[in-house]
Amino acid sequence: MLNIRRDICGYCGACVSVCPEGALELVDAFLTVDIACINCGICEKVCPLGALEVVKE
Amino acid sequence: MKRQYDMLVIGGGPGGALAAKTAAEKGLSVCLVEKRPAIGAPVRCAEGIGKELLTDFIPPDPKWIATDIERAELVAPDDFSMVLEPKMAGSEVGYVLDRKVFDRELVWKAAEAGAETYVKARATAPIMRNGAVAGAVIEQHGKMYDVDAKITIAADGIESKFAKWAGIDTTVPLREIESCAQYLMTGIDIDAQMTSFYLGNDVAPAGYVWVFPKGKGLANVGIGIGGSKSGAGHRAKDYLDRFVKRKFPDGKCIELIVGGVSVCKPLSCTVADNMLIVGDAARVSDPITGGGIYNAMYTGRLAAETAIEALEKGDTRKAALLPYDTTWRSSTLGKALERNYAVKEVFVGLSDEKLNAIVHSISKINLEEFSTLTLITELIKANPSLLLELRHLKAFL
Ligand SMILES: Cc1cc2nc3c(=O)[nH]c(=O)nc-3n(C[C@H](O)[C@H](O)[C@H](O)COP(=O)(O)OP(=O)(O)OC[C@H]3O[C@@H](n4cnc5c(N)ncnc54)[C@H](O)[C@@H]3O)c2cc1C
Ligand code: SF4
Ligand code: SF4
Repeated sequence: MLNIRRDICGYCGACVSVCPEGALELVDAFLTVDIACINCGICEKVCPLGALEVVKE
Repeated sequence: MKRQYDMLVIGGGPGGALAAKTAAEKGLSVCLVEKRPAIGAPVRCAEGIGKELLTDFIPPDPKWIATDIERAELVAPDDFSMVLEPKMAGSEVGYVLDRKVFDRELVWKAAEAGAETYVKARATAPIMRNGAVAGAVIEQHGKMYDVDAKITIAADGIESKFAKWAGIDTTVPLREIESCAQYLMTGIDIDAQMTSFYLGNDVAPAGYVWVFPKGKGLANVGIGIGGSKSGAGHRAKDYLDRFVKRKFPDGKCIELIVGGVSVCKPLSCTVADNMLIVGDAARVSDPITGGGIYNAMYTGRLAAETAIEALEKGDTRKAALLPYDTTWRSSTLGKALERNYAVKEVFVGLSDEKLNAIVHSISKINLEEFSTLTLITELIKANPSLLLELRHLKAFL
C-alpha cells in the first residue's frame, strides 16, 4: 500500500510523471492514489520531500 | 461552460495559454481549463529565460520581470568559479521572471483574445468516440460537464495524465526526471545581475544547484538531482539544505517549492486523432538546463496554428495534425533538444575530476554569444580528453 503523507507533500506532480501505472493523480493540491498501484516504489524514490512510503501489508 | 467548442485546452501554463491565445485570435471558440484555483501558483520554476526567446512571444514588461541578467557563473565541484560574460557589445542574456504574474498575463492575453477560461476546473477523463479524443469530462465546483471539442490540446504539464488516459505512454523514466526543490531566499549576499550554477556529485548528483537573483539580496536558490540519485536521506531538499547551510547560513526562506523536470527524450509522437500534446506534457523541456517555458510557448503556439489549418480543411485526424510534430522536431528547438539530450547523457556520468577540468578550461574561453551550443562547442575544443566520451556528439555540432 502507498501511504501519502499529505502533511509533507508539496503537490508538485513529480511522482505522477514517473508512475508506470498512472495510479497517482494531483487534484489541485491533493495527491491521490488508486487501485492500479503495484507498490513498485518509484514514486517514493523520486519525491523531493519524502512524502511517499510504500508500506508492506 | 458550453458543451461544445472548436478547441479545448487542458492546463493554464505557458503552453496552454499560447495555444488558447493563438486559436482565439483566429476566431475559434476556445475553452481553457485549469485545475488549480489560481493561474501560476504555486510556482514550480526557477523563472530564468533567455531574452531573445521571450521577445518572440510577448514584449518585455517590468510587471513580470524580476531581474535583468548580465552574466552567469559556473562553479566546479572544487569551488573554482568561472564567470561567463558575453563579450558581444550590447549582448543580452536573460531575465528572471515573476511567473505568478507572467503566467497570469499569458492567460489574460488568451482571455482577451476571446478564449473562455475556467479555474478550479479539472479534466478528469477524455471523451472518446470511435477510439479518438472528442473532448473531455470537466469537473468544476463539484459538478461534471461533458465538453465536446473538435481539437483537444493536452497542456497539462509535468503531471500530465490526459494523453495517458487517451492511450499514449507518457511515463518519465526514473533516471530521467530531475527531482527539484527551491527556496526563495532573502538576506543573502549575491550579485543581483548574475545567475550561478553549481556542479558536482556531492552538490547535486546528475543535476545542479542554481542561484537565480530576483532582486537585491533575493534569489531563487534551488536544486535538481537525478531521479535515480534520490531516496530516503538524500533527497533534493536534503542536498539543498546542505548547500544553503554552507553558502547562505544567514539567509531566510520565504517560499519553498518542489517539482519535477523531465530530461528524457520527447514523446515519440505528440499528436493523435483530434489531439495535440504541448509543453512539459510532451516532455520537451531541455535535457541540460531543464528550461521549458519557451519550449511550452513555442509548441503551444505551433500546435494551435496546425489545429487551425486542420480545422479549416475539415480534417483533424492524426495524419492531418502530424505537421505539428514534424515541424517542432526539425525546428531549432527540436534540434537543440536532440543534441542536448546526447550531451546530458554524457554529463550525468562525469566524475568530479572531469567536471573540474571542464570548468577550468572554459575559464579560458571568450564567449561570443551566450548559448548552450557555443558553450558545448568550446568545451569540446578545450578538452580533447573529453572527445572520446563526446565523439558521438560530433554529428550535432
Ligand atoms: C524546480 C523547477 C525549476 C524550473 N526552472 C525553469 C527555468 O528557470 N526556466 C525555464 O524555462 N523552465 C524552468 N522549469 C520548467 C518550466 O517550469 C516548465 O517547463 C513550464 O512551466 C512548462 O509549461 P507547461 O505549460 O507545459 O506546463 P505547466 O506550466 O506545468 O502548466 C500545466 C498546467 O496544467 C494544469 N493541469 C494539469 N492537469 C490538469 C487537468 N487534468 N485539468 C486541468 N488542468 C490541469 C496544471 O495545474 C498546470 O497549471 C522549471 C521547472 C521546475 C520544476
Ligand atoms: S513528488 Fe512528493 S511532493 Fe511532489 S506531489 Fe508527489 S508526493 Fe507530493
Ligand atoms: S508505488 Fe509505483 S505504482 Fe504505486 S503509485 Fe508509486 S510509482 Fe505508481
